[in-house]
Amino acid sequence: MSDQLRPPEEQEPIAPPAAPAAPEAAPAAPPRPRRGSGLLQKLLVPVLAVFTALVVGAFVIVLSDAALIALWTSDPLAALQQSIASVLDAYGALFTGALGSPQAYFDAFASGDIDQIIAAFNPISESLLAATPLIFTGLAVALGFRAGLFNIGGEGQLYLGAMFAGFIGFSVLGLPWFIHLPLAVAFGFVGGALWGFIPGILKARTGAHEVIVTIMLNYVAYRLLDWILRQPFYQRPDRSDPISPVVEPSAVIPPIIDGLRLHWGFALALVAAAVVSWLLFRSTLGFEFRAVGLNPSAARYAGMSISRTLVLVMAISGGLAGLAGTTEILGVNKALTPGFSPGYGFDGIAVALLGGSSPLGVVLAAILFGVLRAGATPMQSATGIPIDLVVVIQALVIMFVAAPRLIREIYRIRVPETTGTEVVAQGWKS
Amino acid sequence: MTAATATASRVAGINRRALGLAIFYLILAAVIVLLFIPGTEPGTDTTFILNLGESPLFLLPDVVVPSVPTMYLMAGVCAFCGALQLTRAIGAKWAILLTIALVAFIFAFLTWAAAGKTMSLTGIFQTTLYRAVPITFGALSGVLCERSGVVNIAIEGMLLSGAFIAAVTASITGNSWIGVIAAVIVGGLLAFVLAVLSIRYLVNQIIAGTVINLFAVGLTSFLSTRVLTGNPDLNNPPRLGPIAIPVLSDIPIIGPILFSGNFFVYSLFVLVLVIHVALFYTRYGLRVRSVGEHPRAADTVGINVNFTRYRNVVLGGMVAGFGGAYFTIGSTGAFEREMTAGRGFIGLAAMIFGGWTPIGAFLASLVFGFADALQARLSILGSPVPSEFLLMVPYITTIVVVAGLVGRVRMPEADGTPYIKE
Repeated sequence: MSDQLRPPEEQEPIAPPAAPAAPEAAPAAPPRPRRGSGLLQKLLVPVLAVFTALVVGAFVIVLSDAALIALWTSDPLAALQQSIASVLDAYGALFTGALGSPQAYFDAFASGDIDQIIAAFNPISESLLAATPLIFTGLAVALGFRAGLFNIGGEGQLYLGAMFAGFIGFSVLGLPWFIHLPLAVAFGFVGGALWGFIPGILKARTGAHEVIVTIMLNYVAYRLLDWILRQPFYQRPDRSDPISPVVEPSAVIPPIIDGLRLHWGFALALVAAAVVSWLLFRSTLGFEFRAVGLNPSAARYAGMSISRTLVLVMAISGGLAGLAGTTEILGVNKALTPGFSPGYGFDGIAVALLGGSSPLGVVLAAILFGVLRAGATPMQSATGIPIDLVVVIQALVIMFVAAPRLIREIYRIRVPETTGTEVVAQGWKS
Repeated sequence: MTAATATASRVAGINRRALGLAIFYLILAAVIVLLFIPGTEPGTDTTFILNLGESPLFLLPDVVVPSVPTMYLMAGVCAFCGALQLTRAIGAKWAILLTIALVAFIFAFLTWAAAGKTMSLTGIFQTTLYRAVPITFGALSGVLCERSGVVNIAIEGMLLSGAFIAAVTASITGNSWIGVIAAVIVGGLLAFVLAVLSIRYLVNQIIAGTVINLFAVGLTSFLSTRVLTGNPDLNNPPRLGPIAIPVLSDIPIIGPILFSGNFFVYSLFVLVLVIHVALFYTRYGLRVRSVGEHPRAADTVGINVNFTRYRNVVLGGMVAGFGGAYFTIGSTGAFEREMTAGRGFIGLAAMIFGGWTPIGAFLASLVFGFADALQARLSILGSPVPSEFLLMVPYITTIVVVAGLVGRVRMPEADGTPYIKE
């Protein structure tokens, strides 16, 4: 474990983002002098990391096209033109698919028809929708990082959360929505927390490394979902394929604007970010979390219980990931199917790293990855380039963010060396 | 946890552990009596077949046991182990009792699952070995890397990349051996990236490994969708078939298990022995271990710490890439997205279970291979346990093993810590 302390500005509270659902929940940031260059410095590595990853992704697009490679040998100039064109096509389709095209916005506003204006914002709504589970899983991983734990089990915790929330959603009848919906969401949190509790207690009691345990629990959760969807109490009555009943209308998370799919789960995610920010930087418990992460020996000497912290952090982290599954089921899918998550749990790792393990950073990074996720599907249908490109880009982003020296050597500039993962355990020692 | 408290809890834990083990054995006995026996028709027999294939030397008779009495007997064995553990000071011999109880429990389980049917025991053991092959390669890769002090959780990605590149190059060239070589090279390249990130750029090694895993999953899925789905001939590699060793493969039981494998199975035996000898009986091994235990001391006596680490990580990657080739040209042939399904991580657990030694890692891999083989066998047999739970068995075994053994086995002291020269 590293004994180094963070530079003082890292320990200052980070202003939670304004939450549309409950603006009063977000305390105003204390006025403090902030050097513009400091903020720029903080943003430099993430921005360059994303940029470099997109450049490498462009090479992947070009090099995986056999026809294009054949062209390089016969007519390099045409091949170069075609390569640039195909990369621009792909990224163009990705970003207009995720953000909408200026033309569409212009036309919609020119028409003055409210339905058309709403429809024009559909790409942005889709991006924020895709960002919603990523905020939750990103917060889950970031919280773990702060306490020196690496939670790779977001995927499994997400499935457990979805199983719990979905069950309450479709099996409880006759409740008004203001009881039913919070109940389902709470159960989603509990489901994820349970799946996070297991690696926490195993680490505290036996020293089993959370990385292996959480990875294995991902596979177990996946099989558990397969199994539960075939049980009489969980399978949709008139169906033979593995699918759950549709959640009751009283447990559905409503859309923020009628006509768009973006739902209030996004607001809940922002609230969760604010709460995690408060928990980490304003509460005694969060102080203990960070103390254990920075220096476990000192934390124990100060009378803090390492075991209790490990278990609590893993449980809360699991609960946050469980909320990702909850909002997906109650807000988007409305019913469970096997393997419905396209890897949100793993994306959470990239989000937490890119966001420097701070709640505000996580929200911003999640929105960026939401844009990539939401744009990938239109990109695949327009250009035939598989969605998996996004996973490659994410892996590259993590690499560049985790190795700031690499960025420094590529661009020959000075960058800060902190990555937000300094406190994560090295190796298998607990 | 600091060393002091860990030792203290270990001393206090001995009696608690004896009690825990005893309760565990009694639970095993109770499971047999309360779960297995009521689910079996009284009077049924279970048939175990020992022959596999045509054995020209001689055929063994099938072993037929009455199901319910056998299960009572096995429950008795488990209960007896529990009683011994409770009443006698077993001390260091606890491992023997644990083995006896587990073997008895598994035998009871097989008797229950195959009651009224037949089950090929030799077949299960053969599948066990074959399923253990990629896990062992993964574990050996881990041993090579971690003995020199670099944590390698990228084994999964290396296996997957090896599987992919082996399938593609073997399909293009029509030659499986070129596929094997390509897999070894790609495994080495990924390992080199891991080494550069963790040694030169001091990236947290677990994060560096996660990056490589994500990258491998993303890139192989991307390429298999973009390139392979449109060109099925690129994913139709010639396979390396089984080579039966004359005479030896005709020995009953042992022959079909050990001497009828393919190139990968025999390479595995050789590699386990070679790495064991290299690590523990050569100058090279002494240097590697000293770098993994105390890099500063190694540096002081003139060993190049970072060079040793680079070399070992790349070697480890080559072993993992080789193991990856087994998934495609060593068994099923065609590459499928994410076909390794966590075998790399299970290999990592096998390495820990095996105490960071090649032979230990191999034996541990056999345990996981057995869990995997049992699952495959029972899903064909139509067992009373839902198939989803059988599929969980290898993963749950991993958790149990990691939870039960970390802290009892000693890891290389400098594992996971980058070395910065003063």
